[in-house]
Amino acid sequence: MIPLNDYLILGAILFALAVMGLFINRKNLVVLLMCVELILLAVNINFVAFSRYLMNREGQIFVFFVLTVAAAESAIGLALLVVVFRHRQSINVQDLDQLKG
Amino acid sequence: MASLALWIILAPLMAALVTGLAGSHLGRRLTHMLTIAGVAVSCVLSFWVLLRVLGGARLDAPVYTWMVSGGIPFQIGFLVDPLSALLALVVTFVSLAVHIYSIGYMADDPGDIRFFSYISLFTFAMLLLVLANNFLQLFIGWEGVGLVSYLLIGFWFEKPTATAAALKAFLVNRIGDLGFILGIAMVLHYTGSLAYAAVFARVPDLVGTTVNLGFGWHVQVLTLMGLLLFVGAMGKSAQIPLHVWLPDSMEGPTPISALIHAATMVTAGVYLVARLSPLYIHAPVALSVILVIGSLTAFFMGILGVVATDIKRVIAYSTLSQLGYMMAGLGASAFAAGIFHLVTHAFFKALLFLAAGSVILAMHHEQDMRKMGGLRKYLPVTYATFLVGALALVAFPGFSGYFSKDALIDAVGQSPIAGAAFAYVLLLLSVFVTALYTFRMLFMVFHGTERMDAHTREHLHESPWVVTLPLVMLAVPALAVGWILFHPLLGGSFFASSLATPLGVNPLARFAHLTAWHFFLSAWDAPTFYLMLAGLGVAVYGYLWRPEWPARVAAGAGPLYRMLLQGYGFDALYLRLGAAGSVLLGRGLWKWGDERVIDGMAVNGTASRIGWLGSLVRKLQTGFLYQYAFTMVSALVVLVFWALVRY
Repeated sequence: MIPLNDYLILGAILFALAVMGLFINRKNLVVLLMCVELILLAVNINFVAFSRYLMNREGQIFVFFVLTVAAAESAIGLALLVVVFRHRQSINVQDLDQLKG
Repeated sequence: MASLALWIILAPLMAALVTGLAGSHLGRRLTHMLTIAGVAVSCVLSFWVLLRVLGGARLDAPVYTWMVSGGIPFQIGFLVDPLSALLALVVTFVSLAVHIYSIGYMADDPGDIRFFSYISLFTFAMLLLVLANNFLQLFIGWEGVGLVSYLLIGFWFEKPTATAAALKAFLVNRIGDLGFILGIAMVLHYTGSLAYAAVFARVPDLVGTTVNLGFGWHVQVLTLMGLLLFVGAMGKSAQIPLHVWLPDSMEGPTPISALIHAATMVTAGVYLVARLSPLYIHAPVALSVILVIGSLTAFFMGILGVVATDIKRVIAYSTLSQLGYMMAGLGASAFAAGIFHLVTHAFFKALLFLAAGSVILAMHHEQDMRKMGGLRKYLPVTYATFLVGALALVAFPGFSGYFSKDALIDAVGQSPIAGAAFAYVLLLLSVFVTALYTFRMLFMVFHGTERMDAHTREHLHESPWVVTLPLVMLAVPALAVGWILFHPLLGGSFFASSLATPLGVNPLARFAHLTAWHFFLSAWDAPTFYLMLAGLGVAVYGYLWRPEWPARVAAGAGPLYRMLLQGYGFDALYLRLGAAGSVLLGRGLWKWGDERVIDGMAVNGTASRIGWLGSLVRKLQTGFLYQYAFTMVSALVVLVFWALVRY
């Protein structure tokens, strides 16, 4: 049986990868959305691992919630992305700096 | 009786409030009617009150307690006795005449609703002052008339000279009021009461008490009290050296000059001293000061009337001079004579002012007498009434001014008070001066060659009836009041319950058995009559027969004449002594306190500091998502580590 530690390390690696992706990626908004999804998935892995470890089903139920929210979030995110592209003919992250003071 | 007195003062107040707050909705006619009705009610009730006072009725009672502080009640109350009843009637009667007159005088002024509201308010404040039975209410009325005087001198507020004159009047009166309120404080301290009756009852106990002013300088309490209260009277009644505001107050509309700056408000100081006569008879030093200052004012201000060319200023200087007479009379402890002159003066001086206003109306607001002349045939009613006023002013036998002024001068001559001889001489000389400037004014305005331009001459015509009716209304008492009041006021016991009789020689003793008719017949015996004729003679010579002669005299007098034109340089002196320091202080506060500290540091400083902070913070906001995300995550990491380390 695979110990809990390995699952947690996997989750942490995934989380770190996703965060690095958020920081380093400066080209594509789609990749950004994927990174956000990846963060959520890293969390899901932790939930499932702990659920199994503690023999408690609530963690797995939470995963369903998280997946649902993630789906809704990516749907909204993609819709915004389409609007942004129509508006600016680009989804380059470096061009989207209108919020500065 | 208390409700009667209450209605006397409330009727003008209500008229003033209604027209002042809702005047623009009421319109002109209704405003005129309301305010005149208010004053007419007051006038009729005052007359009735006077009749009842003659029948022996008296009132000295509080009607309302404002507050009690330190065991001393601050009350509104009324004192109805012969003195206050007589003055209330004079005030309301002159005020009524001025109200009617103002309909005509202010007819084409856009602010006349405001004007009527103010003069009704003035009537209220003046009656409050006159009918007061305690020092507090006296002070409230005192400040009230001062306020309305300020408002009305600056009535034409778009004229810079008018606002400056209003400010000057207010500031000079502040100096007087400082003395006045110190005097009231002293009264309260030494007698423990503000009500007249209680104060007067305590006065004899204070004789001999001294107060230490420091450096071992001990002064009689009553003397100091009397002098401080007299400083207030000096401010209000424009005695040297606080007289400078009155000539400038002529910037206000003419009806105001008649009502406030001739007949009523400026005599408040005279009323004050007379009202406090039970106190003053125990303070002979204060009486001497009053006597000397009054006679100095009478003489030196009269001389200024001889050189003034503005018709209203001549009458203003004349008012100063006559106020000096009244004060001198009071100082000689002939209190009844002072009040008698106050009453007759109120009528004839208001008459002169209103007649001058009628002339000014006819001349299209030209006030320079050098551009008048020969107006007699264009303005017959004005001329006749002006003549009555002028003859009363110079104390021509038979006119009201004769009875009051000659009796007053005679009383000063009889007085044993220190300085009386000096004052007597000055007052006698003033008789000559009075006649000179009065007839000079009369001749320059109504006689001689017509010096106005052709356009003005074509439009010369007598004023409407609302203007001439008050003139006649005032001319009658200016003629008759001397005959009626002479014996009761000076000889009889009319004032026995209001005015104190002096402790030693009574300068009015001679009049005890003298009727008005006998006094009239004895006119030829007094030096005043011949001095008056001399003044008339000089005026006839200089202004009718040889009009070029005054200019030669003026040129010959040179520096003396220029000094007179500048009013002895009082204004320049005060500007240099008092005003310069205030202006310097004001400029310092403006440049440093206001512009640098308040504006520079507090108001603009706060804003510019925040702007500077903002310009620093805005650099953090780049608009790049990854930087925001990085900041968030790294901050989170830091926080988590901090939490781990702590717990």
